[in-house]
Parts: sequence; structure tokens; C-alpha cells
Amino acid sequence: MSDVAVVPSGADVAWNPPARGIVGMVCLILAEASIFIIFIVAYIFYIGKSLNGPTPKDVLSLPIFTSICLLSSSLTVHAAVSALRRGQQRLCSLWLAATVLLGGIFLAGTAHEWYDLIYNHGLTISTNLFGTTFYSLVGLHASHVVVGLLMLSLALWFSLRGQMHHHHSEKLEVLSLYWHFVDAVWVVVFLVVYVLGR
Amino acid sequence: MATQIPFNQANAPEETGADMRPRLWLEVLHEWVTTVDHKKIGMMYIGYALFFLVVAGFEALLMRIQLAVPNNSFVSPEVFNGLFTMHGTTMVFFVGMPILFGFGNYLIPLMIGARDMAFPRLNAFSFWISAFGGILLYYSYIGGSGLYGAGSAPDVGWFAYAPLTAKVFSLGHSTDYWTLSLLLTGIGTIGTALNIVATIISMRCPGMKMSRLPLLPWLYLVTSGLTFVAVGPLTAAQIMLMLDRYLGSHFFDTQAGGSAVLWMHFFWIFGHPEVYILVLPAFAFANEIIPVFSRKAIFGYPAMVAASVGIGFVSLSVWAHHMFTVGLGAAENTFFVLATMAISVPTGIKIFNWLATLWGGKIQFTSSMMFAIAFLFQFLVAGLTGIMLSVAPFDWQLGNSYFVVAHFHYVLVGAILFMLFSAFYYWYPKMTGRMLSEKLGKWHFWLFLIGFHLTFDFMHVPGLLGMPRRIYTYEADRGWMIWNMIVSSGAVVQAVATLLFVYNMIWSYFKGPVAGPDPWDAWTLEWATSSPPPSYNFAETPEVSSRRPLWDLKHPDDPDGDYEIGPSHRQRAKQKEESA
Repeated sequence: MSDVAVVPSGADVAWNPPARGIVGMVCLILAEASIFIIFIVAYIFYIGKSLNGPTPKDVLSLPIFTSICLLSSSLTVHAAVSALRRGQQRLCSLWLAATVLLGGIFLAGTAHEWYDLIYNHGLTISTNLFGTTFYSLVGLHASHVVVGLLMLSLALWFSLRGQMHHHHSEKLEVLSLYWHFVDAVWVVVFLVVYVLGR
Repeated sequence: MATQIPFNQANAPEETGADMRPRLWLEVLHEWVTTVDHKKIGMMYIGYALFFLVVAGFEALLMRIQLAVPNNSFVSPEVFNGLFTMHGTTMVFFVGMPILFGFGNYLIPLMIGARDMAFPRLNAFSFWISAFGGILLYYSYIGGSGLYGAGSAPDVGWFAYAPLTAKVFSLGHSTDYWTLSLLLTGIGTIGTALNIVATIISMRCPGMKMSRLPLLPWLYLVTSGLTFVAVGPLTAAQIMLMLDRYLGSHFFDTQAGGSAVLWMHFFWIFGHPEVYILVLPAFAFANEIIPVFSRKAIFGYPAMVAASVGIGFVSLSVWAHHMFTVGLGAAENTFFVLATMAISVPTGIKIFNWLATLWGGKIQFTSSMMFAIAFLFQFLVAGLTGIMLSVAPFDWQLGNSYFVVAHFHYVLVGAILFMLFSAFYYWYPKMTGRMLSEKLGKWHFWLFLIGFHLTFDFMHVPGLLGMPRRIYTYEADRGWMIWNMIVSSGAVVQAVATLLFVYNMIWSYFKGPVAGPDPWDAWTLEWATSSPPPSYNFAETPEVSSRRPLWDLKHPDDPDGDYEIGPSHRQRAKQKEESA
């Protein structure tokens, strides 16, 4: 409905309501944030309430490298959006590829961590309250990373085929908002699970 | 800049051409199933909700027959548990939410002069996934082998307290049908709420600044904002419950250190804002209907907006008043008592604004207006019993009694349902092109009013006498019998009135007087197009310069914009000076 945004003839002020994609994504982020808040509250509420081991202190180690990868992917996706806005398609593909790669490293890190916890430490979702809240919170975040990666890969696919143009920059910006949100949630999850809860 | 709204020609040529030949029912069905038109989706939401209103109303009737006399065995205790669970869940999630979203879907783009919602396909997706949720819930009657063998409905109550929902206490799948259907409808709800916000923010026609937005979209904006922060926690809690039931996690498993009270918190963090999600659209209807039938502009538009936003914020911090009987502690109880009482301030502002709108107006007592006036009175009473229950010691006495049931039904039926009926009489002509019969409407109103007061006024009494909710029968010597008899007979009167309303809708669709584009001489943009509106809504994008664009159009000598304060007014004055 781009015709809504055009300046009506004879009007004294330009009529430019905010873009609907951005508004929609902000709303989705609000709803998603409230889901995350509940899982985070549950995590904090159950810290130290497990009736049996293992405890976070025994088994968790700080995922510093993968966290740096995920957080820096926020910068790369931002670079991709601004490249597209300037019309630099190839640069956009490059930054998108970097984003997918960094997100992939993070996901692989989580997979490795979980493998270690399940097979070497015997911690599953049903072991104790720590396992319950840990796997559900980190898993909820990881599933959001997966969704984000799928969409970013799709964008990369279009970009590599040369089907992404300057006028798509707003759509890519909507996607980047989601990705920034996923990263911001990780900051909170990291602080709660690996700093506060350990 | 004067308002520019070309009145649409009724029956645009291409539409009459399409209607020449009677269409196959399969074509019609295909059109409705594949539609992304906000008006059709809105009407599907409303039709779907009306169907479930009849279903859940029937369940209520069965419960009232069971409770009419002591020691009754009309239904078994197991069936009774299923009935109150299904009645509550259906009424909240598959009647209240869809009917309000239906009206929102239909009216918001029309009122803001837009072609459609911001995301038409998301709109269709949201409707169908919500609809699927409702069907899934009722499928449990066939497929949900519960505690008592094959085909039993969920029987854990609509707030499904832990640990009753744990696998050991709720065998079979009926609880899972409940969980999954709420998860699905939650996705649909968030989708529609997101769509409504994006539509209102981004799709307004030129000139419709937020300060000129009609109050209905304004209140839907608040409702949708609440939806995000309320349905999220419900979704999270349902995910936790599913993990508990299927992957052996321990969120609400008290044996492993989990907490049943945590579920209560999570549920009511959703549950209380939900009440306001349901009631704010009812306020929204009142904001449009009361001024038109008082022939006056709404009193205190900015105060109305501020009060609605205020209700939205305060309603997020009152949830634990559902949990006073848990024993949270003095500090927590005090906080939630005060927060709950504080919410009556913005609500009171609204009531006074409506009264001030009525004051000195030329009131037209149409069926729609009569329902709206009954709403005002009954909402006040519901608010007063709400203040009583917000006092923690009073709540300790009456928590989980029929007094509570009477209180919230006073809100849900006395306020919301009455205002919904009012909205039907007001907007049915726009949706179908035909007026509802006023004669049947008056019958409907008086019968329903009598039935409502018989049921829910007298329901307070057994509560005060100590009758707990959710019991399937009671002894004769408790002194509750006569009251329950009155309550049940009122339920029958309400059922008859509702059937009359359904009959009115069907009869009027074929035989009702033709409405024309603007039967009520109203002021908002939906009345600027034909009834029913063409699929494109407006032939040209309207342009507005005040809160009541149609008033400006009808009274060019005295436009509303002249009374607007703010920059636009000053600009106008400047222009006048320059031209002079």
C-alpha cells in the first residue's frame, strides 16, 4: 500500500506514517520478549532449588567465543542492510554470508555444549529443575536463532542470485530487527544463566 | 484543508455484473476460504464466535439445569467438570477474542480510510489458525481419551491449576487438546493484534493524525498492545506445561521441587490483562455508539485516550488479586489491593465521560442505544463488586465462591456482551446493507435484560451464603436452593432472548429494511461508503481534517476542525490572516 505514503496533492504537510513492516516486527518482538521474560523469570525463580545434581557450577562453562560470534553478527547484519541501502549488492551478500556464518558458529557451539552436558554430565531436561529451566530457556533462544538463520539464508540466496535490490532494504531491515532482538536476548540469557545462575 | 470524502456509489458496476448470475455454493465457499479481505475475515471471525457463543451458552444452560435443584443428577460430576472447563475456555478464547477481533478487523480499516489491513495474508492465517484451535478443543470430545475413558473433554478448569494438569492427575490427552488449542489460538491472536497495530499506525488516510483517530481504533491499539504482553506469558506457560507432560521436565512438578504457585502467577499474568483485552473493545463500541445516539461529540476525547492507556498499564500489575487466598504475604497483598483499586480511577473517568456525553444530548432510544445504556449501568455495578473483591480480607471470605462467579459474569455478560449486542444493532446495517428489526430488537433487549438480572443479580446471594464455585450439586439444607432456582430460570430467559437475536439476524438479512450508506447519521468514515462496502472500501482515498470527517462533510459551514486546538488551528488562523 505504498499509495498511502504519497504526499496528497494540496496538503500542507507530507503524510508519512511509519512503515508497516517495521511496526509489525516491533510488535512481534514485544510479544516474543514477553515469552522470554516468563522463561527467564522461571529460570531465576528455580536457581538453587534443584533437589539433586548436577548443579550449574559443576557443568556449565562460559561460552565466550560463541557469544562474541553471535553478538558481532548483529554488526554484520547491520552492515548488510546499509550496504543494500547504498545499492552495493555484492557487499550486502558478503555481509549476509558473514552473518549466517557467525550465527552458524553460535548454533554449533550450543550443539556442542548440549552434547557435552547430555553425554558427559548426564544432564537432561528431566534430570532436575536446573536441567528443566536451562534446556527450555537456552532451547527457546536457540530455536529463535534457527528461525533467524533460515530467513537470513533465504535473504543470502536471493542476494547471491542478484534478486535483492535497493528497494528491498526496508524488508531486510525488518529481518535485521529480528536478528538484533535474538542477539539482545542472548545478552540477558548469558547474564542470567552463565553469570547470575552459576 | 477541507475534508474530501467522495461518497461511494452503491453497487459499483463490476459488482452488479458479477451478481447477475446466481453463483454455485462451491464458488461462494471457495471465495470465503481463500479471501484476504478484512471485511470477509472480520465476518468469519464474528460468525465463528457466534457459533461458539451458542455452543458455550448451551453448556452454561446444562450446568444451570444441573444446579437448579439440590441433589440433582442431570449430568454426572465428570461431565460437569468438563462443562465448566469448556464453557470458560470457549467463552474467553473462542467467543470473546474472535468476536472482538472480528469487529476490529471489519471496522478499523474502514474507520481510518484504508483499503485493507496492513498484512492481509497474515490476517487470513491468524483467523484460520485460531479457528483450527477451537475445532481442536472440541475434537477432544471425540478424540481426547481422558481420565474417564474415551472421548472426554478437558476437565481441569479454564485456569488449569497445577498440579492437576500433571500427567499423573490428568491422564489421557484431553488436557493436551486444551493446551494445544490455546497455543494455536494464541499465535492467531498475536498475529491479529500485530496486524491491528500496524494497520492503525501505518495505514491511516492522509490527515488522520493520532489526535484525530476515532476512539475505536485508539482502544483497539491499547487492547492489541495488551495482547502482546498478556498472550506471551500464556504461550510460555503452555509450552512449559507441554514440556512437563511430554518431556518429563519439572516446571510445575512439586515432587521435584517445582512450584504450583508459579503456574498461578504465569496464568494470571495473562489472565487479568485478558479481562481488559476483552472489555476495552466494549468500551470502544460505547465510544462510537453513545455519541451518535446522543447527537453530541464524545465528551473528553483526550481523557478517554489517556484513561484507556492508563487502564492498559495498570492492568499489568493487578494479576495476583486472583491469588489472595494463596497467602502471598502482607506486602504483596497490599500492593495488589492498591493496584486493583487504582484501576477504578481511569475506569471511573470513562464512565463519567460517557455520562457527560449523554448529558444534554438528544438521546435516541434505538435498540443499540438501549443496550449501551444498560452496559453503562451494569458495568458500574460490576466495577463496584470488583472493588469489594479487591479488598484482600473480603476476598479471603468470598474467594472461589459464587460471588466471584457473579462478579465476573457481570463484567463479561452485563458489560461486554451487552455492548456487543449494541454493536451488532449499530454495525449490522453496514455489514449486510439491511437494518435489524427494531421491534425484535426491543424484545431481545428487554428479555435479555430481565434474564440477565434474574441470573446474575441473584447469583451473588448463594455466594454470600457460602456456595463454592465448581460444585456439581449441593445438599437441600444449605438454603441455596431458591437462589439457584432463580438463577437457572434467568438463564433460560437469556437463552430465549439470544435465540430471538439469532432469528432477528437471519430474518433481517433477507427481509430487513434497506439501510443505505449512513442510516444513523453518524460521523466516522465507515459510513462514507456503501453498505455493505465494496471490496476496495473507498473509491478514492479519503482525506480528513478533523475527528468527525462526516460531520464536516454534512456541515461545511461549521466544520469540527475549527474547534481543534493545536498547530492545525494556528495554521488555519495564519492562513486566514494571509488571505486577508
